[in-house]
Amino acid sequence: MAESLLTVENVSKYFGGLLAIDKASFQVRTGTITALIGPNGAGKTTLFSIISGFLPTDDGRVLYDGADITTEPPHRRARRGVARTFQIVQPFAGLTVRENIAIGSHLWQRSRAAALEAANQVALSVGLGAQLEAPAATLTVAGSKRLELARALAIAPRLLLLDEVLAGLNPSEIRDMVPVVRELTARGMTILMTEHVMQAITALAEHVLVLAEGRIIARGTAQEVAADPLVVEAYLGRGAARRITAGSSHA
Amino acid sequence: MKTYWPIVLVVVLLAIVPFVTTSNVVLNFLITTLLIALVGQGWNLLGGYGGQYSFGHAAFFGTAAYTTAILQVQYGINAWLGLFAGIFAGSLVGAVIGVLCFRSGLRGSYFSLVTLAFAEVLRIFSSVTPITGAGVGTLIKLDLRPEAFQFQSRVPFYWIVLTLVALSLVTVRAAENSRFGAYLVAIRENEDAASALGINTFAVKLAAITLSAAITGAAGCFYAQYFLFIDAAIAYGPWISIDALLAPIVGGAGTLFASLLGALVIKALGEATKLLSGDAPGLDLVIYGLVLIAVVGLAPRGVAGVLTALFRRPFRAQPEGDNG
Repeated sequence: MAESLLTVENVSKYFGGLLAIDKASFQVRTGTITALIGPNGAGKTTLFSIISGFLPTDDGRVLYDGADITTEPPHRRARRGVARTFQIVQPFAGLTVRENIAIGSHLWQRSRAAALEAANQVALSVGLGAQLEAPAATLTVAGSKRLELARALAIAPRLLLLDEVLAGLNPSEIRDMVPVVRELTARGMTILMTEHVMQAITALAEHVLVLAEGRIIARGTAQEVAADPLVVEAYLGRGAARRITAGSSHA
Repeated sequence: MKTYWPIVLVVVLLAIVPFVTTSNVVLNFLITTLLIALVGQGWNLLGGYGGQYSFGHAAFFGTAAYTTAILQVQYGINAWLGLFAGIFAGSLVGAVIGVLCFRSGLRGSYFSLVTLAFAEVLRIFSSVTPITGAGVGTLIKLDLRPEAFQFQSRVPFYWIVLTLVALSLVTVRAAENSRFGAYLVAIRENEDAASALGINTFAVKLAAITLSAAITGAAGCFYAQYFLFIDAAIAYGPWISIDALLAPIVGGAGTLFASLLGALVIKALGEATKLLSGDAPGLDLVIYGLVLIAVVGLAPRGVAGVLTALFRRPFRAQPEGDNG
Protein backbone atom coordinates (compact mmCIF):
# COMPACT_ATOMS: atom_id res chain seq x y z
CA MET A 1 0.00 0.00 0.00
CA ALA A 2 1.28 3.41 -0.94
CA GLU A 3 2.28 5.82 1.79
CA SER A 4 -0.25 8.32 0.49
CA LEU A 5 -3.56 6.89 -0.68
CA LEU A 6 -4.49 9.95 -2.70
CA THR A 7 -2.18 12.26 -4.60
CA VAL A 8 -3.43 15.36 -6.40
CA GLU A 9 -0.83 16.81 -8.77
CA ASN A 10 -1.08 20.28 -10.31
CA VAL A 11 -4.82 20.01 -10.85
CA SER A 12 -6.39 23.01 -12.57
CA LYS A 13 -9.97 23.65 -13.58
CA TYR A 14 -11.47 26.49 -15.61
CA PHE A 15 -15.13 27.42 -15.76
CA GLY A 16 -15.09 29.46 -18.95
CA GLY A 17 -12.54 32.18 -18.21
CA LEU A 18 -12.67 31.69 -14.46
CA LEU A 19 -9.80 29.74 -12.95
CA ALA A 20 -11.63 27.74 -10.28
CA ILE A 21 -8.72 25.52 -9.24
CA ASP A 22 -5.16 26.75 -9.74
CA LYS A 23 -2.47 24.02 -9.77
CA ALA A 24 -3.62 22.32 -6.60
CA SER A 25 -1.20 19.68 -5.32
CA PHE A 26 -1.47 17.68 -2.12
CA GLN A 27 -1.36 14.20 -0.69
CA VAL A 28 -3.64 12.38 1.71
CA ARG A 29 -1.71 9.90 3.82
CA THR A 30 -3.18 6.45 4.31
CA GLY A 31 -5.22 6.07 7.47
CA THR A 32 -5.45 9.77 8.32
CA ILE A 33 -8.15 12.42 8.35
CA THR A 34 -7.31 15.41 6.20
CA ALA A 35 -9.52 18.48 6.18
CA LEU A 36 -9.90 20.80 3.23
CA ILE A 37 -11.10 24.19 4.42
CA GLY A 38 -11.53 27.58 2.86
CA PRO A 39 -14.01 30.45 2.42
CA ASN A 40 -17.19 30.00 0.38
CA GLY A 41 -16.43 29.76 -3.31
CA ALA A 42 -12.81 28.72 -2.74
CA GLY A 43 -13.30 25.63 -4.92
CA LYS A 44 -13.58 22.90 -2.29
CA THR A 45 -16.57 21.17 -3.85
CA THR A 46 -15.04 21.57 -7.34
CA LEU A 47 -11.89 19.85 -6.14
CA PHE A 48 -14.01 17.09 -4.58
CA SER A 49 -15.89 16.61 -7.83
CA ILE A 50 -12.59 16.28 -9.70
CA ILE A 51 -11.26 13.71 -7.24
CA SER A 52 -14.47 11.67 -7.39
CA GLY A 53 -14.70 11.90 -11.19
CA PHE A 54 -17.79 14.08 -11.58
CA LEU A 55 -15.82 16.88 -13.25
CA PRO A 56 -12.94 16.50 -15.71
CA THR A 57 -9.70 18.30 -14.96
CA ASP A 58 -8.22 20.76 -17.41
CA ASP A 59 -4.72 19.98 -16.23
CA GLY A 60 -2.86 17.81 -13.75
CA ARG A 61 -3.34 14.29 -12.43
CA VAL A 62 -5.21 12.43 -9.71
CA LEU A 63 -3.50 9.30 -8.37
CA TYR A 64 -5.23 6.82 -6.13
CA ASP A 65 -3.24 4.03 -4.51
CA GLY A 66 -0.49 4.57 -7.08
CA ALA A 67 -2.83 4.35 -10.10
CA ASP A 68 -3.64 7.29 -12.37
CA ILE A 69 -7.43 7.70 -12.18
CA THR A 70 -7.61 11.18 -13.75
CA THR A 71 -9.90 10.15 -16.60
CA GLU A 72 -11.88 7.38 -14.91
CA PRO A 73 -15.65 7.79 -14.58
CA PRO A 74 -17.14 7.98 -11.05
CA HIS A 75 -18.40 4.39 -10.96
CA ARG A 76 -14.90 3.01 -11.69
CA ARG A 77 -13.42 5.08 -8.89
CA ALA A 78 -16.15 3.83 -6.57
CA ARG A 79 -15.17 0.25 -7.44
CA ARG A 80 -11.58 1.06 -6.55
CA GLY A 81 -12.77 2.23 -3.15
CA VAL A 82 -13.36 5.96 -3.49
CA ALA A 83 -16.67 7.04 -1.93
CA ARG A 84 -18.09 10.54 -1.71
CA THR A 85 -20.96 12.28 -0.02
CA PHE A 86 -22.69 15.27 -1.53
CA GLN A 87 -22.82 18.67 0.15
CA ILE A 88 -26.39 19.04 -1.07
CA VAL A 89 -27.77 15.67 -0.01
CA GLN A 90 -28.76 13.45 -2.91
CA PRO A 91 -30.99 10.72 -1.47
CA PHE A 92 -32.98 8.29 -3.58
CA ALA A 93 -36.02 10.11 -2.28
CA GLY A 94 -38.64 7.53 -3.24
CA LEU A 95 -36.83 4.69 -1.47
CA THR A 96 -36.61 3.78 2.19
CA VAL A 97 -33.45 4.33 4.22
CA ARG A 98 -32.62 0.65 4.02
CA GLU A 99 -33.14 0.54 0.24
CA ASN A 100 -30.97 3.64 -0.17
CA ILE A 101 -28.09 2.04 1.66
CA ALA A 102 -28.59 -1.30 -0.09
CA ILE A 103 -27.83 0.37 -3.44
CA GLY A 104 -24.31 0.90 -2.10
CA SER A 105 -24.12 -2.61 -0.63
CA HIS A 106 -25.00 -4.06 -4.03
CA LEU A 107 -21.55 -3.13 -5.29
CA TRP A 108 -20.22 -6.24 -3.58
CA GLN A 109 -23.46 -8.16 -3.04
CA ARG A 110 -25.30 -9.43 -6.06
CA SER A 111 -28.24 -10.86 -4.14
CA ARG A 112 -30.98 -8.48 -3.07
CA ALA A 113 -31.44 -10.17 0.30
CA ALA A 114 -27.72 -9.99 1.11
CA ALA A 115 -27.55 -6.32 0.11
CA LEU A 116 -30.54 -5.44 2.31
CA GLU A 117 -29.00 -7.36 5.19
CA ALA A 118 -25.65 -5.59 4.76
CA ALA A 119 -27.54 -2.29 4.69
CA ASN A 120 -28.96 -3.04 8.15
CA GLN A 121 -25.46 -3.31 9.57
CA VAL A 122 -24.31 -0.05 7.99
CA ALA A 123 -27.44 1.76 9.20
CA LEU A 124 -26.78 0.63 12.75
CA SER A 125 -23.16 1.80 12.58
CA VAL A 126 -24.20 5.39 11.78
CA GLY A 127 -27.21 5.48 14.10
CA LEU A 128 -29.98 5.09 11.55
CA GLY A 129 -31.17 1.77 12.96
CA ALA A 130 -34.53 3.19 14.04
CA GLN A 131 -35.36 4.70 10.65
CA LEU A 132 -34.64 1.71 8.42
CA GLU A 133 -38.11 1.61 6.87
CA ALA A 134 -38.65 5.38 6.75
CA PRO A 135 -38.83 6.93 3.28
CA ALA A 136 -35.60 8.88 2.67
CA ALA A 137 -37.65 11.96 1.82
CA THR A 138 -39.00 12.16 5.39
CA LEU A 139 -35.60 12.36 7.13
CA THR A 140 -34.46 15.46 9.01
CA VAL A 141 -31.33 17.35 7.90
CA ALA A 142 -29.25 15.41 10.43
CA GLY A 143 -30.87 12.17 9.28
CA SER A 144 -30.17 12.82 5.60
CA LYS A 145 -26.53 13.67 6.37
CA ARG A 146 -26.25 10.35 8.14
CA LEU A 147 -27.86 8.64 5.19
CA GLU A 148 -25.32 10.24 2.83
CA LEU A 149 -22.58 8.86 5.02
CA ALA A 150 -24.21 5.44 5.33
CA ARG A 151 -24.61 5.04 1.59
CA ALA A 152 -20.97 5.94 1.01
CA LEU A 153 -19.90 3.48 3.70
CA ALA A 154 -21.98 0.73 2.14
CA ILE A 155 -19.57 0.45 -0.78
CA ALA A 156 -16.84 -0.40 1.77
CA PRO A 157 -14.54 2.42 0.67
CA ARG A 158 -10.88 2.92 1.50
CA LEU A 159 -10.97 6.61 0.73
CA LEU A 160 -13.96 8.58 1.95
CA LEU A 161 -14.60 12.08 0.63
CA LEU A 162 -16.94 13.90 3.01
CA ASP A 163 -18.32 17.13 1.59
CA GLU A 164 -19.62 19.23 4.50
CA VAL A 165 -21.22 16.29 6.20
CA LEU A 166 -21.70 18.43 9.34
CA ALA A 167 -23.14 21.52 7.65
CA GLY A 168 -26.66 22.37 8.75
CA LEU A 169 -26.42 20.35 11.95
CA ASN A 170 -26.93 21.92 15.39
CA PRO A 171 -24.11 21.76 17.97
CA SER A 172 -25.48 18.70 19.73
CA GLU A 173 -25.92 16.87 16.44
CA ILE A 174 -22.31 17.75 15.56
CA ARG A 175 -21.16 16.34 18.90
CA ASP A 176 -23.01 13.11 18.04
CA MET A 177 -21.49 12.94 14.57
CA VAL A 178 -17.82 13.60 15.38
CA PRO A 179 -17.20 10.22 17.05
CA VAL A 180 -18.98 8.47 14.16
CA VAL A 181 -16.46 10.00 11.75
CA ARG A 182 -13.49 9.31 14.01
CA GLU A 183 -14.56 5.68 14.33
CA LEU A 184 -14.16 5.28 10.56
CA THR A 185 -10.38 5.71 10.61
CA ALA A 186 -10.24 3.07 13.31
CA ARG A 187 -11.92 0.81 10.77
CA GLY A 188 -9.06 1.48 8.33
CA MET A 189 -10.54 4.26 6.22
CA THR A 190 -8.73 7.32 4.96
CA ILE A 191 -10.78 10.49 5.00
CA LEU A 192 -10.66 13.76 3.11
CA MET A 193 -13.31 16.16 4.37
CA THR A 194 -14.40 19.70 3.66
CA GLU A 195 -15.90 21.48 6.59
CA HIS A 196 -16.80 24.90 7.96
CA VAL A 197 -17.22 23.79 11.55
CA MET A 198 -13.81 24.59 13.09
CA GLN A 199 -14.65 22.73 16.30
CA ALA A 200 -15.01 19.51 14.31
CA ILE A 201 -11.86 20.10 12.28
CA THR A 202 -9.78 20.63 15.40
CA ALA A 203 -11.28 17.51 16.93
CA LEU A 204 -10.81 15.31 13.89
CA ALA A 205 -8.22 16.34 11.35
CA GLU A 206 -4.51 15.62 11.69
CA HIS A 207 -3.75 17.58 8.57
CA VAL A 208 -5.48 20.68 7.25
CA LEU A 209 -5.30 22.18 3.77
CA VAL A 210 -6.55 25.70 3.17
CA LEU A 211 -7.98 26.52 -0.23
CA ALA A 212 -8.62 30.12 -1.25
CA GLU A 213 -9.51 31.35 -4.74
CA GLY A 214 -8.59 27.94 -6.14
CA ARG A 215 -5.09 27.84 -4.65
CA ILE A 216 -3.82 25.94 -1.64
CA ILE A 217 -2.43 28.73 0.51
CA ALA A 218 -1.54 26.88 3.70
CA ARG A 219 -1.15 23.40 5.10
CA GLY A 220 -0.36 21.95 8.52
CA THR A 221 -2.16 21.11 11.73
CA ALA A 222 -5.36 22.95 12.66
CA GLN A 223 -3.47 25.20 15.10
CA GLU A 224 -0.77 26.01 12.55
CA VAL A 225 -3.14 27.05 9.79
CA ALA A 226 -5.35 29.02 12.18
CA ALA A 227 -2.31 31.08 13.12
CA ASP A 228 -1.20 31.58 9.51
CA PRO A 229 -1.66 35.24 8.48
CA LEU A 230 -2.49 34.21 4.90
CA VAL A 231 -5.37 32.08 6.16
CA VAL A 232 -6.75 34.83 8.37
CA GLU A 233 -6.64 37.22 5.42
CA ALA A 234 -8.35 34.74 3.14
CA TYR A 235 -11.31 34.62 5.50
CA LEU A 236 -11.40 38.21 6.77
CA GLY A 237 -9.84 40.27 3.99
CA ARG A 238 -6.50 41.94 3.18
CA GLY A 239 -4.65 43.39 6.13
CA ALA A 240 -6.88 41.66 8.67
CA ALA A 241 -4.01 39.63 10.14
CA ARG A 242 -1.90 42.75 10.71
CA ARG A 243 -4.81 44.64 12.31
CA ILE A 244 -5.62 41.72 14.61
CA THR A 245 -1.99 41.38 15.73
CA ALA A 246 -1.79 45.14 16.25
CA GLY A 247 -5.08 45.09 18.19
CA SER A 248 -4.03 42.28 20.49
CA SER A 249 -0.64 43.88 21.25
CA HIS A 250 -2.45 47.09 22.30
CA ALA A 251 -4.73 45.20 24.67
CA MET B 1 -38.51 -10.49 -1.75
CA LYS B 2 -41.69 -9.81 -3.67
CA THR B 3 -43.67 -12.94 -4.53
CA TYR B 4 -45.00 -14.22 -7.82
CA TRP B 5 -48.41 -15.25 -6.45
CA PRO B 6 -50.29 -12.16 -7.64
CA ILE B 7 -49.09 -12.88 -11.19
CA VAL B 8 -50.25 -16.50 -11.00
CA LEU B 9 -53.64 -15.40 -9.69
CA VAL B 10 -54.22 -12.73 -12.32
CA VAL B 11 -53.04 -14.92 -15.19
CA VAL B 12 -55.17 -17.90 -14.10
CA LEU B 13 -58.24 -15.68 -13.78
CA LEU B 14 -57.67 -14.28 -17.26
CA ALA B 15 -56.89 -17.71 -18.70
CA ILE B 16 -60.31 -19.13 -17.79
CA VAL B 17 -62.23 -16.36 -19.58
CA PRO B 18 -62.56 -18.41 -22.83
CA PHE B 19 -64.26 -21.19 -20.81
CA VAL B 20 -66.85 -18.71 -19.61
CA THR B 21 -67.50 -16.94 -22.90
CA THR B 22 -66.31 -17.32 -26.47
CA SER B 23 -67.95 -14.11 -27.58
CA ASN B 24 -65.79 -12.52 -30.27
CA VAL B 25 -66.51 -9.06 -28.91
CA VAL B 26 -65.21 -9.96 -25.45
CA LEU B 27 -62.18 -11.84 -26.74
CA ASN B 28 -61.27 -9.14 -29.22
CA PHE B 29 -61.51 -6.52 -26.49
CA LEU B 30 -59.31 -8.59 -24.18
CA ILE B 31 -56.77 -9.42 -26.88
CA THR B 32 -56.27 -5.78 -27.84
CA THR B 33 -56.15 -4.85 -24.15
CA LEU B 34 -53.47 -7.45 -23.45
CA LEU B 35 -51.61 -6.32 -26.56
CA ILE B 36 -51.47 -2.76 -25.21
CA ALA B 37 -50.58 -4.12 -21.76
CA LEU B 38 -47.60 -5.88 -23.34
CA VAL B 39 -46.53 -2.80 -25.32
CA GLY B 40 -46.84 -0.74 -22.14
CA GLN B 41 -45.02 -3.22 -19.92
CA GLY B 42 -41.96 -2.70 -22.09
CA TRP B 43 -42.26 1.04 -21.54
CA ASN B 44 -42.93 0.53 -17.82
CA LEU B 45 -39.59 -1.20 -17.32
CA LEU B 46 -37.60 1.62 -18.90
CA GLY B 47 -39.83 4.58 -18.00
CA GLY B 48 -41.60 3.48 -14.84
CA TYR B 49 -38.66 1.79 -13.12
CA GLY B 50 -35.76 3.51 -14.88
CA GLY B 51 -37.21 7.02 -15.23
CA GLN B 52 -36.21 7.22 -18.92
CA TYR B 53 -39.36 8.49 -20.64
CA SER B 54 -39.39 7.22 -24.19
CA PHE B 55 -41.84 8.78 -26.65
CA GLY B 56 -40.74 6.42 -29.37
CA HIS B 57 -41.54 2.86 -28.38
CA ALA B 58 -43.13 2.53 -31.82
CA ALA B 59 -39.58 2.09 -33.11
CA PHE B 60 -39.35 -1.27 -31.30
CA PHE B 61 -42.96 -2.31 -31.95
CA GLY B 62 -42.77 -1.50 -35.64
CA THR B 63 -39.36 -3.03 -36.29
CA ALA B 64 -40.43 -6.30 -34.68
CA ALA B 65 -43.74 -6.32 -36.56
CA TYR B 66 -42.09 -5.62 -39.91
CA THR B 67 -39.35 -8.17 -39.28
CA THR B 68 -41.77 -11.00 -38.62
CA ALA B 69 -44.00 -9.96 -41.55
CA ILE B 70 -41.21 -9.44 -44.08
CA LEU B 71 -39.46 -12.68 -43.17
CA GLN B 72 -42.66 -14.59 -43.89
CA VAL B 73 -43.79 -12.73 -46.98
CA GLN B 74 -40.48 -12.17 -48.75
CA TYR B 75 -38.37 -15.05 -47.49
CA GLY B 76 -40.94 -17.71 -46.59
CA ILE B 77 -39.59 -18.10 -43.08
CA ASN B 78 -41.83 -19.74 -40.48
CA ALA B 79 -43.88 -17.31 -38.41
CA TRP B 80 -42.78 -18.78 -35.09
CA LEU B 81 -39.16 -18.24 -36.05
CA GLY B 82 -40.27 -14.81 -37.19
CA LEU B 83 -41.56 -14.13 -33.69
CA PHE B 84 -38.10 -14.65 -32.21
CA ALA B 85 -36.40 -12.82 -35.08
CA GLY B 86 -38.81 -9.92 -34.57
CA ILE B 87 -38.14 -9.72 -30.85
CA PHE B 88 -34.42 -9.84 -31.57
CA ALA B 89 -34.68 -7.07 -34.21
CA GLY B 90 -36.76 -4.92 -31.86
CA SER B 91 -34.27 -5.27 -29.04
CA LEU B 92 -31.41 -4.55 -31.44
CA VAL B 93 -33.05 -1.24 -32.37
CA GLY B 94 -33.47 -0.60 -28.65
CA ALA B 95 -29.78 -1.23 -28.06
CA VAL B 96 -28.72 1.03 -30.93
CA ILE B 97 -30.97 3.90 -29.81
CA GLY B 98 -29.79 3.30 -26.25
CA VAL B 99 -26.11 3.51 -27.16
CA LEU B 100 -26.63 6.69 -29.16
CA CYS B 101 -28.78 8.43 -26.54
CA PHE B 102 -27.08 7.35 -23.34
CA ARG B 103 -23.54 7.59 -24.69
CA SER B 104 -24.17 11.22 -25.47
CA GLY B 105 -25.66 11.72 -22.01
CA LEU B 106 -29.22 12.55 -23.07
CA ARG B 107 -31.53 12.81 -20.08
CA GLY B 108 -35.13 13.80 -19.41
CA SER B 109 -37.03 15.52 -22.18
CA TYR B 110 -34.03 15.39 -24.53
CA PHE B 111 -34.11 11.62 -24.40
CA SER B 112 -37.87 11.68 -25.00
CA LEU B 113 -37.54 13.92 -28.04
CA VAL B 114 -34.75 11.89 -29.62
CA THR B 115 -36.66 8.61 -29.19
CA LEU B 116 -39.68 10.27 -30.81
CA ALA B 117 -37.45 11.39 -33.68
CA PHE B 118 -36.11 7.87 -34.21
CA ALA B 119 -39.62 6.44 -34.45
CA GLU B 120 -40.65 9.16 -36.90
CA VAL B 121 -37.58 8.60 -39.07
CA LEU B 122 -38.37 4.88 -39.20
CA ARG B 123 -42.01 5.64 -40.05
CA ILE B 124 -41.06 7.86 -42.97
CA PHE B 125 -38.37 5.46 -44.12
CA SER B 126 -40.73 2.47 -44.07
CA SER B 127 -43.39 4.41 -45.97
CA VAL B 128 -41.11 4.77 -49.01
CA THR B 129 -38.75 1.81 -49.02
CA PRO B 130 -39.80 -1.19 -51.20
CA ILE B 131 -39.03 -3.97 -48.71
CA THR B 132 -41.78 -2.84 -46.31
CA GLY B 133 -44.27 -2.51 -49.17
CA ALA B 134 -43.87 1.27 -48.95
CA GLY B 135 -47.23 3.04 -48.86
CA VAL B 136 -49.18 -0.14 -49.57
CA GLY B 137 -47.98 -1.96 -46.47
CA THR B 138 -47.31 -5.64 -45.97
CA LEU B 139 -50.06 -8.23 -46.06
CA ILE B 140 -49.31 -11.60 -44.49
CA LYS B 141 -50.86 -14.41 -46.55
CA LEU B 142 -53.82 -16.12 -44.88
CA ASP B 143 -52.68 -19.59 -43.78
CA LEU B 144 -54.87 -20.77 -40.93
CA ARG B 145 -52.59 -23.40 -39.44
CA PRO B 146 -51.08 -23.38 -35.94
CA GLU B 147 -47.67 -24.06 -37.55
CA ALA B 148 -48.01 -20.73 -39.31
CA PHE B 149 -48.98 -18.90 -36.09
CA GLN B 150 -52.51 -18.41 -37.41
CA PHE B 151 -55.71 -19.77 -35.94
CA GLN B 152 -59.35 -20.17 -36.95
CA SER B 153 -60.57 -19.06 -33.55
CA ARG B 154 -59.51 -16.13 -31.39
CA VAL B 155 -59.03 -18.33 -28.33
CA PRO B 156 -55.49 -19.54 -29.14
CA PHE B 157 -54.48 -15.97 -29.97
CA TYR B 158 -55.88 -14.91 -26.62
CA TRP B 159 -53.87 -17.50 -24.75
CA ILE B 160 -50.70 -16.65 -26.67
CA VAL B 161 -50.91 -12.93 -25.91
CA LEU B 162 -51.78 -13.80 -22.31
CA THR B 163 -48.67 -15.99 -22.15
CA LEU B 164 -46.55 -13.14 -23.46
CA VAL B 165 -48.05 -10.75 -20.89
CA ALA B 166 -47.43 -13.35 -18.15
CA LEU B 167 -43.79 -13.64 -19.24
CA SER B 168 -43.42 -9.87 -19.19
CA LEU B 169 -44.90 -9.71 -15.68
CA VAL B 170 -42.52 -12.41 -14.47
CA THR B 171 -39.59 -10.61 -16.11
CA VAL B 172 -40.43 -7.35 -14.38
CA ARG B 173 -40.99 -9.03 -11.02
CA ALA B 174 -37.63 -10.80 -11.35
CA ALA B 175 -36.06 -7.41 -12.10
CA GLU B 176 -37.71 -5.94 -8.97
CA ASN B 177 -36.03 -8.66 -6.90
CA SER B 178 -32.61 -8.24 -8.49
CA ARG B 179 -29.63 -5.94 -8.31
CA PHE B 180 -30.39 -4.80 -11.85
CA GLY B 181 -33.84 -3.58 -10.79
CA ALA B 182 -32.50 -1.84 -7.69
CA TYR B 183 -29.88 -0.06 -9.82
CA LEU B 184 -32.52 0.94 -12.35
CA VAL B 185 -34.69 2.53 -9.65
CA ALA B 186 -31.62 4.23 -8.17
CA ILE B 187 -30.90 5.81 -11.56
CA ARG B 188 -34.51 7.02 -11.77
CA GLU B 189 -34.28 8.57 -8.31
CA ASN B 190 -30.85 10.21 -8.67
CA GLU B 191 -28.40 9.41 -11.41
CA ASP B 192 -25.40 11.23 -9.89
CA ALA B 193 -25.79 9.54 -6.54
CA ALA B 194 -26.11 6.23 -8.37
CA SER B 195 -22.81 6.63 -10.20
CA ALA B 196 -21.10 7.75 -6.97
CA LEU B 197 -22.08 4.37 -5.54
CA GLY B 198 -20.32 2.47 -8.30
CA ILE B 199 -23.24 1.99 -10.69
CA ASN B 200 -22.30 1.96 -14.36
CA THR B 201 -25.38 3.97 -15.26
CA PHE B 202 -24.75 3.66 -19.00
CA ALA B 203 -24.68 -0.15 -18.88
CA VAL B 204 -27.79 -0.37 -16.69
CA LYS B 205 -29.80 1.99 -18.87
CA LEU B 206 -28.64 0.18 -22.00
CA ALA B 207 -29.72 -3.19 -20.58
CA ALA B 208 -33.07 -1.65 -19.60
CA ILE B 209 -33.85 -0.17 -23.01
CA THR B 210 -32.85 -3.42 -24.73
CA LEU B 211 -35.10 -5.53 -22.51
CA SER B 212 -37.85 -2.94 -22.79
CA ALA B 213 -37.60 -3.03 -26.58
CA ALA B 214 -37.76 -6.84 -26.55
CA ILE B 215 -41.03 -6.81 -24.59
CA THR B 216 -42.61 -4.15 -26.79
CA GLY B 217 -41.22 -5.96 -29.82
CA ALA B 218 -43.02 -9.16 -28.81
CA ALA B 219 -46.24 -7.15 -28.94
CA GLY B 220 -45.35 -5.96 -32.43
CA CYS B 221 -44.88 -9.54 -33.67
CA PHE B 222 -48.18 -10.55 -32.13
CA TYR B 223 -49.93 -7.62 -33.77
CA ALA B 224 -48.65 -8.64 -37.20
CA GLN B 225 -49.89 -12.23 -36.76
CA TYR B 226 -53.25 -11.24 -35.33
CA PHE B 227 -54.20 -8.60 -37.88
CA LEU B 228 -52.07 -10.00 -40.75
CA PHE B 229 -51.45 -6.50 -42.05
CA ILE B 230 -49.14 -3.64 -41.16
CA ASP B 231 -48.13 -0.42 -42.80
CA ALA B 232 -45.91 2.48 -41.80
CA ALA B 233 -48.64 4.33 -39.87
CA ILE B 234 -49.56 1.26 -37.82
CA ALA B 235 -46.04 0.00 -37.18
CA TYR B 236 -44.27 3.25 -36.40
CA GLY B 237 -47.18 5.65 -35.87
CA PRO B 238 -47.34 7.85 -32.76
CA TRP B 239 -50.48 5.99 -31.61
CA ILE B 240 -48.45 3.03 -30.41
CA SER B 241 -45.82 5.20 -28.68
CA ILE B 242 -48.64 7.03 -26.90
CA ASP B 243 -50.47 3.86 -25.84
CA ALA B 244 -47.12 2.47 -24.67
CA LEU B 245 -46.69 5.27 -22.14
CA LEU B 246 -50.35 6.02 -21.43
CA ALA B 247 -51.18 2.52 -20.18
CA PRO B 248 -48.45 2.30 -17.50
CA ILE B 249 -48.83 5.96 -16.47
CA VAL B 250 -52.59 5.59 -15.98
CA GLY B 251 -51.97 2.30 -14.20
CA GLY B 252 -49.22 3.70 -11.96
CA ALA B 253 -45.77 3.72 -13.58
CA GLY B 254 -43.08 1.75 -11.82
CA THR B 255 -45.42 -0.88 -10.38
CA LEU B 256 -45.77 -4.45 -11.60
CA PHE B 257 -49.37 -4.37 -12.85
CA ALA B 258 -49.29 -0.74 -14.02
CA SER B 259 -49.52 -1.53 -17.69
CA LEU B 260 -52.20 -4.21 -17.38
CA LEU B 261 -54.39 -2.02 -15.14
CA GLY B 262 -53.86 1.01 -17.33
CA ALA B 263 -54.59 -0.88 -20.55
CA LEU B 264 -57.87 -2.16 -19.05
CA VAL B 265 -58.87 1.33 -17.98
CA ILE B 266 -58.06 3.12 -21.22
CA LYS B 267 -59.53 0.39 -23.42
CA ALA B 268 -62.72 0.20 -21.35
CA LEU B 269 -62.89 3.97 -21.39
CA GLY B 270 -62.47 4.02 -25.15
CA GLU B 271 -65.32 1.54 -25.64
CA ALA B 272 -67.58 3.28 -23.14
CA THR B 273 -67.15 6.71 -24.68
CA LYS B 274 -67.89 5.24 -28.12
CA LEU B 275 -71.21 3.89 -26.77
CA LEU B 276 -72.09 7.10 -24.93
CA SER B 277 -71.30 9.56 -27.66
CA GLY B 278 -73.51 7.81 -30.18
CA ASP B 279 -73.19 9.24 -33.69
CA ALA B 280 -71.48 12.56 -32.96
CA PRO B 281 -68.14 12.27 -34.78
CA GLY B 282 -65.07 12.76 -32.57
CA LEU B 283 -67.10 13.26 -29.41
CA ASP B 284 -65.86 9.96 -28.00
CA LEU B 285 -62.27 11.16 -28.35
CA VAL B 286 -63.09 14.42 -26.58
CA ILE B 287 -64.66 12.57 -23.64
CA TYR B 288 -61.78 10.09 -23.66
CA GLY B 289 -59.27 12.93 -23.45
CA LEU B 290 -61.14 14.71 -20.67
CA VAL B 291 -61.41 11.58 -18.56
CA LEU B 292 -57.72 10.87 -19.04
CA ILE B 293 -56.82 14.38 -17.89
CA ALA B 294 -59.02 13.83 -14.83
CA VAL B 295 -57.43 10.45 -14.06
CA VAL B 296 -53.87 11.69 -14.38
CA GLY B 297 -54.67 14.89 -12.48
CA LEU B 298 -56.54 13.25 -9.60
CA ALA B 299 -54.39 10.15 -9.29
CA PRO B 300 -50.81 11.04 -10.14
CA ARG B 301 -49.66 7.62 -8.98
CA GLY B 302 -52.18 5.91 -11.19
CA VAL B 303 -54.76 3.23 -10.55
CA ALA B 304 -52.22 1.21 -8.57
CA GLY B 305 -51.66 4.20 -6.27
CA VAL B 306 -55.40 4.62 -5.68
CA LEU B 307 -55.84 0.91 -4.95
CA THR B 308 -52.91 0.88 -2.52
CA ALA B 309 -54.34 3.89 -0.70
CA LEU B 310 -57.81 2.31 -0.53
CA PHE B 311 -56.54 -0.98 0.84
CA ARG B 312 -54.21 0.56 3.38
CA ARG B 313 -56.45 3.24 4.79
CA PRO B 314 -58.65 1.10 7.07
CA PHE B 315 -55.62 -0.40 8.81
CA ARG B 316 -53.88 2.84 9.69
CA ALA B 317 -54.75 5.10 12.56
CA GLN B 318 -53.31 8.18 10.89
CA PRO B 319 -53.34 8.98 7.20
CA GLU B 320 -49.87 9.02 5.69
CA GLY B 321 -48.58 11.98 3.79
CA ASP B 322 -48.10 9.97 0.63
CA ASN B 323 -51.76 8.94 0.29
CA GLY B 324 -53.99 10.50 -2.31
